Amino acid sequence: MNVFAEAFAWLFDPANWEGPDGIGARLAFHVVFSLAVVAGATIVALPIGVLIGHTGRGREPAVVVSGALRALPTLGLLTILALAMGLSVLAPYLALVVLAIPSVLAGAYAGVGGVSRTTVDAARAMGMTEGQIVLRVEAPLGLPTVIGGIRSAVLQVVATATLAAYIGGGGLGTYLFSGLKTGNYPMVLGVSMLIIALALVLDGAFALTQRLVVPEGVRVRRGTARLRSRPSRPRAAMG
Amino acid sequence: MNWVWSNLDRIGELVVVHLALSVPPVILAFVISVPIGWAAWRFRWSRGLLLSVCGILYAIPSLPLLLTLPGLVGVPLRSPANMILALALYGVALMVRTAADAFGDVDGDVRLASTAMGFSAWRRFTGVELPLAGPGLLAGLRVVIVSTVSLATISAVIGVQSLGSLFTDGFQRNIPAEIWSGVIATMLIAVALDALAVLGGRLLMPWARAPRRRRRGIVEQELAEVGA
Repeated sequence: MNVFAEAFAWLFDPANWEGPDGIGARLAFHVVFSLAVVAGATIVALPIGVLIGHTGRGREPAVVVSGALRALPTLGLLTILALAMGLSVLAPYLALVVLAIPSVLAGAYAGVGGVSRTTVDAARAMGMTEGQIVLRVEAPLGLPTVIGGIRSAVLQVVATATLAAYIGGGGLGTYLFSGLKTGNYPMVLGVSMLIIALALVLDGAFALTQRLVVPEGVRVRRGTARLRSRPSRPRAAMG
Repeated sequence: MNWVWSNLDRIGELVVVHLALSVPPVILAFVISVPIGWAAWRFRWSRGLLLSVCGILYAIPSLPLLLTLPGLVGVPLRSPANMILALALYGVALMVRTAADAFGDVDGDVRLASTAMGFSAWRRFTGVELPLAGPGLLAGLRVVIVSTVSLATISAVIGVQSLGSLFTDGFQRNIPAEIWSGVIATMLIAVALDALAVLGGRLLMPWARAPRRRRRGIVEQELAEVGA
């Protein structure tokens, strides 16, 4: 456990947190950059996903495209874009947006498309326009799954943003690569644990949000936890 | 293209290394997840716990995990063993849920019938539950194959050879063709291993095609992982 003691000592040394190259600044950059990437991906993918989910058309191509995107090795995409665009923050930003799109897209079409057709037909029979159906029926009912997609994207991006330091993306990954080069394992270990903690905290926050946005009427009585957890799972939506 | 022709043997060499790095974790993940998935289905109290652990495991970023494992379990940092261990962990995290669902989908009446016919618990597992859960397990295995082959490339940044070495080398020497060939080779390996898994499934389970109802894209499976 000696390495861990050293790693914690490095991590909690106030001197390492200060300044523009300190942990504080890089942690903030890492978080802001990741959220900016997910925001970018959401702007692109959410409308498309909602459209696919609402109309039920184009699901197959979306599955294929997002599957292929996911099979694309992240490091390959990062280095190709870095060579093409130079060592700026733009290359990792674009690469990460591309990587975040499949999750947001899948969450959106699974969430919106998974709303019971009976419910949608009822809304239509009551005279709701298509826009009202999307905004007032499908959006609230599908929201947990849509947020699940964003949650998955956030995890993916926080992890890949670490890797992006390899092409000069900045953030916490910078410590890992410089530590690997100089053999400073306590620093590498300390920052690795910090990134893991960051990912788990963000994941927990999104998990909580997912629970909170389940509409009141959909929430089922205690004791039927299986049913209650269903709306947040795309599998149930597909089934 | 010139770069590819003059470096074919180097690419071929790395393809072999990459296979050696990504096939063992896939097999390990499958062998480990099947009993865990079965337990998650069989003992309902354990399901939430096991699936939560898998969800948390899956949420851990890969590079920090690779750098933490040496401190935790003592594998050398720049070793294929470290890489294989990390990839196997992700594979298990992805596969346990599918395995639990696959066993849960086995028809309860068939299970009762086999018990009534005097099957022991072990024979019921090997002779009834496992074959019937087979198509679901295969679907999970295919997702693990694709994600493992792709993820194995990051070994290059910790100094373990794989097709990812073409990314780091191509980046440092400014040769886009080298990176492209790495990307394409990685995706071809994923497709080939996936086809092999499907073929194996046809041979072992000639009575069944993959169940339509459960067919999910890789992204949807990952969503299920975080969305539970």
